[in-house]
Amino acid sequence: MKARVLVPTGFGLNCEGETALAFRMAGAEVDLVHLTDLFAGRHPRRIPDYQVLVFMGGFAYGDHVAGGLVLATRIRAHLARDLEAFLENEGRVLGVCNGFQTLVRLGLLPGPEEGAVDFRQRAALTNNERLGYRDAWVRLQADPESRCVWTRGVSALEVPARHGEGRFVAESDEALRRLEANGQVPLRYVDDAGLPTERWPDNPNGSARGVAGVCDRTGRILGVMPHPEAFLHPFQHPDWPRRRAEIEAREPASLALFRAGVSGL
Amino acid sequence: MESVTRIEVGTRPGFSDSRGASVARKIREHLGLEVASVRTRDVFLVTPGLAPEEAVRVACEFAGPVVRHAAVGRLEDGPFDVAVAVGYKPGVTDPVGKSARVAIEDLLGRPLGEGAHVYTARLYLLSGVTREGAERIARSLLANEVIERVSLSTWAEWSASPPDLSVPRVIEHPPRPVETVNLELDDAGLARLSRERLLALSLEEMRVLRDFYRGAAADARRAEAGLGAAPTDVELECLAQTWSEHCKHKIMNATLTYVEPGRPAEVIRSLFKTFIRGTTEAVDRRIREREGKSWLVSVFHDNAGVIAATESYHLVYKVETHNSPSALDPYGGAMTGIVGVNRDPFGTGMGSDLLANTWGYCFGPPDWKGQLPPGLLHPRRIRDGVHAGVIDGGNQSGIPYARGFEVFDERFLGKPLVYCGTVGRMPVRVAGRPGHEKAARPGDRIVMVGGRIGKDGIHGATFSSAELTEESPVQAVQIGDPITQKMMFDFLLEAREQGLYSAITDNGAGGLSSSVGEMARQPGGARLDLSSAPLKYQGLAPWEILVSEAQERMTLAVPPDRLADLLELAGRREVEATDLGAFTEERYFRVLHGGRTVALIPMDFLHEGDPEMQVAAEWPGEAPSEMAAPPPPATTEEGNALVGEFLARDNLRSVELVARSYDHEVKGLTVVKPWIGAHRDVPADASVLLIAHDAGNAGYALAEGVFPAYSDHDAHAMAQAGVDLAVRRVVAAGARLDRVALLDNYCWPDPLEGPSNPDARLKAAQLVRASRGLSEICLAYGTPLISGKDSMKNDAVVGGRRISIPPTLLASAIALVPDVRRALTLEAGGAGEVLFVVGETADELGGSEWAEARGERGGRVPRCRPGPFLLRYQAVAAMAADGLLAAAHAPGRGGLLPSLFFLARAASLGLAVDLARAPCAGRPGWEALLFGESAGRLLLAVRPERAVEVERRLTGVPWARLGTYDGSGRLRVSLDGRVLVDAAVEDLTRAWKRQGGRP
Repeated sequence: MKARVLVPTGFGLNCEGETALAFRMAGAEVDLVHLTDLFAGRHPRRIPDYQVLVFMGGFAYGDHVAGGLVLATRIRAHLARDLEAFLENEGRVLGVCNGFQTLVRLGLLPGPEEGAVDFRQRAALTNNERLGYRDAWVRLQADPESRCVWTRGVSALEVPARHGEGRFVAESDEALRRLEANGQVPLRYVDDAGLPTERWPDNPNGSARGVAGVCDRTGRILGVMPHPEAFLHPFQHPDWPRRRAEIEAREPASLALFRAGVSGL
Repeated sequence: MESVTRIEVGTRPGFSDSRGASVARKIREHLGLEVASVRTRDVFLVTPGLAPEEAVRVACEFAGPVVRHAAVGRLEDGPFDVAVAVGYKPGVTDPVGKSARVAIEDLLGRPLGEGAHVYTARLYLLSGVTREGAERIARSLLANEVIERVSLSTWAEWSASPPDLSVPRVIEHPPRPVETVNLELDDAGLARLSRERLLALSLEEMRVLRDFYRGAAADARRAEAGLGAAPTDVELECLAQTWSEHCKHKIMNATLTYVEPGRPAEVIRSLFKTFIRGTTEAVDRRIREREGKSWLVSVFHDNAGVIAATESYHLVYKVETHNSPSALDPYGGAMTGIVGVNRDPFGTGMGSDLLANTWGYCFGPPDWKGQLPPGLLHPRRIRDGVHAGVIDGGNQSGIPYARGFEVFDERFLGKPLVYCGTVGRMPVRVAGRPGHEKAARPGDRIVMVGGRIGKDGIHGATFSSAELTEESPVQAVQIGDPITQKMMFDFLLEAREQGLYSAITDNGAGGLSSSVGEMARQPGGARLDLSSAPLKYQGLAPWEILVSEAQERMTLAVPPDRLADLLELAGRREVEATDLGAFTEERYFRVLHGGRTVALIPMDFLHEGDPEMQVAAEWPGEAPSEMAAPPPPATTEEGNALVGEFLARDNLRSVELVARSYDHEVKGLTVVKPWIGAHRDVPADASVLLIAHDAGNAGYALAEGVFPAYSDHDAHAMAQAGVDLAVRRVVAAGARLDRVALLDNYCWPDPLEGPSNPDARLKAAQLVRASRGLSEICLAYGTPLISGKDSMKNDAVVGGRRISIPPTLLASAIALVPDVRRALTLEAGGAGEVLFVVGETADELGGSEWAEARGERGGRVPRCRPGPFLLRYQAVAAMAADGLLAAAHAPGRGGLLPSLFFLARAASLGLAVDLARAPCAGRPGWEALLFGESAGRLLLAVRPERAVEVERRLTGVPWARLGTYDGSGRLRVSLDGRVLVDAAVEDLTRAWKRQGGRP
């Protein structure tokens, strides 16, 4: 039985091709459904009929006002009940880049410290320390202690960061430390030495203590700024032209993340 | 006076306001002014005003609980010296306001209603500046008064006054009536009419119009329709748009008389038909002879060129220019350039999925210190704005950029060149029909999709067909709204798959008059009702609705039985689609407003009625002069210093930092990225991309060539050098040499004689020579010209002074790469690899970057010898296909030296070469060997064990082993036993990367 994955589209989201491919390579069944059809209940399946919900990358409403804001407002207005039901069924959620911003605005990440999702925003993804959008590959290290289901069996990732609003800011430094203590920071930007970093360009946005990805307390909801779906073939790696044999010998690590996300369902 | 709710959003104390910090940095670095701090705020003005509790909810939502805070009215958080508020002028597109409205409506759970508006503005709170300083900052950095309004207030004034609740509402007049225009005028009167109405029509054309309407009096249909002999303003404007240089390419289709010393005068009937279409037709015939069928699918007659790629997909490519609007409003003009060219592949055949963007800019020197004529923006400001506009336009559309370049020359101060291109992927079959064919049939409905119509962009086509003057109309600037367009494209792709339309084209220059007028040619007429067109605001005259270039609009031909489905799908996707009438076969372009006919133009007169233009061209001949030949650097240190300075020149230095603000890999199809090498900072010769996620490893390569400076010597050499470099680059990427197609984009100074244009005949002669050179080399290489564009008025006349650009032909190549895993780059694999050079170096420094660095106007310009060059490329392409090469690179601007630096940097290795070994034509000196830009050369990195086989394969073409890669990390260049350069690649890199700040 293949895992059923829903990838909502429209309004300026734009990574549907590679996102669908990533989950299909991981063995899942993927539906791309326009948000207007989900809003209107016109699609034969509703969100709770799926096991995995993906908020992909893009520029929903052009990141106007703030990244993810307009889309989050619309989703809260039209899909809150469906989302609650989906999460009660222990549905899994992945948000990448603009999708991560949307999950934070929705209050699904980092989410409440106890109790069910209450759609209250508790953190922010704000302007990069160095202002402006930047597309460059970065190294991510996964926290083996994390409760996140998406990073099980994932150690390190090399993927492109492509954003202008990726600096994760928790409500307070204590709040961030609690997230870390709870294993809710599964992915960090690291330097050549493999150590978490706040230094540009290894950390493209200046996130405190290198935070690149955050999960909720159940570990089923993951948000990550860089793009795992952008590294599915060896020849997408920037060093491929110089180190073909070596890079082609290994499967791109991000595939493990998509497999972990759809396994055990 | 309607109520207004004002909401201010700012950064909480304790958090860094990175936008403010970036403005402060620009104030110090660009304006040389001191400023203590800059805080920024976003302002939202909602009208009619919201209930108090609603306003508070919106403010909290927009701010969020963590980093930002907001207030209804004013956000009070401490003093400043001067506040600069920047908002749009009435009628200017405000995409943020549009999105904010959607959020507010869903948040409050109620529509704001017709007539409601959400306006946005930016607030800069400056500390440590005087009012005068703030005025300068506002004018030269924060606002563009072409489209924005600025208000300043000191802390005292601010504190003493209530919050500013004024909004840029458009004063809505009642619709203006249709007027008739009297053409019964003498020549002076006709010329004045053309000038005052911005028709940009020549006296000759005005006479043809006058005479046509004398005859039209006899046309019974006019009387029937209630029209008299005199044309309506709707007819006149429609004809002016359709006949504009921008739409009609009159100069490229003119009859030219070309005179050159020592040769009989030559008459050329249409440069386009002779040298461009003629060339492609000849190449196409040869392809058919060789292969039985051609891979050219659709050329010249649609919005973009189409070539066959795989069993299921064609590739579509178009490059446009958007120069005049970018000169007035760099951000909006350039953004319109990129989102505008997106609509060309999208409006080709039944429509294409958009795969990749390309950009290329020609600017004045960014650090220009000289005086600027009034009405011109500083080149740094133009550069920053253009980058920002194309970055936002491309990124927000979810289209990666694949190629980008910048060229700097003082003559681009008057008009920057802004090239924007888009590659599309067209299904071979769409809804059971060939994807490249479109056919509007009589009875099909005319449906306009996308944005609404306003005064924006009125006269864009005619305006860009005129030189830039201080009085250029501001409404000629449109602002792109990428999200509206993206939502429209998503909808149209669904409609395409469901077969809901029979033809599609874009609304660009000339607006509906061009799109509907063009589509109407197939069925033989159209009946368009302007009164049903959705407007941004009231008060447009019918002719304004017809010619407005408001953005994000496509026009469809929809079979009547599909109309309901199409409109229903559009509504569901929150995209506006409107039925504006029907295509007919009555041989007339009929325009109605309400019940009444306001234009009735015979189709054949509309499209064929304009007189052929006569152009005189006179070439004085090239006068090659010797360049003084200074002795080589006395010491290696001198050589190193010289090379460092050279690499730091505007035209050679790294622009990687800027380019990384453009997404280059969304969609997951990018293979060879624009910036490559061990440090990911060396420009790739060509970018290589997959065609689709379901087309195996089939891909394509993109590259370009452009050498404006060569026109000072001979435009023939300029055109050929560009084509040769574009082709060499895709060869170096491992593309199929027999699957290379080219796009030609001409940007010229006005070649038409006039009082203020003394050297028009030379400019026309350069046009002839460039076109002939283009044709010769394309015939030799067998590379068809599948699409192109010309922009002929790239002059600025300001304060009586004319600044003309150097004639510039951009050659853009698209080539098939059957298996992207075979793609080549300039990245060598390891120490010990052998560096080969293929092709000769000649004493050709004329027009080179080195000559510019030395301030030398003389020298011989690089010449192409297409026949011999082709043999080299065939040999290299074959070796690439057989996997014999580790790396390949095509030297371009700056010659061999920058190439050697790129190779060493990309491999993160050392490289030692002896230029004395390089094959030569004639006796080039040390300068030509290091910096000469002789065409037809390739550099190849080869594993030692394969070197002998490579030598064998190069039999019959000039080649040499130039040197070897080593682990030293140094670039070592010797000549005749002397070491000219011996520098750490790291040190050269630092020089090469000076400035290159983000826009």
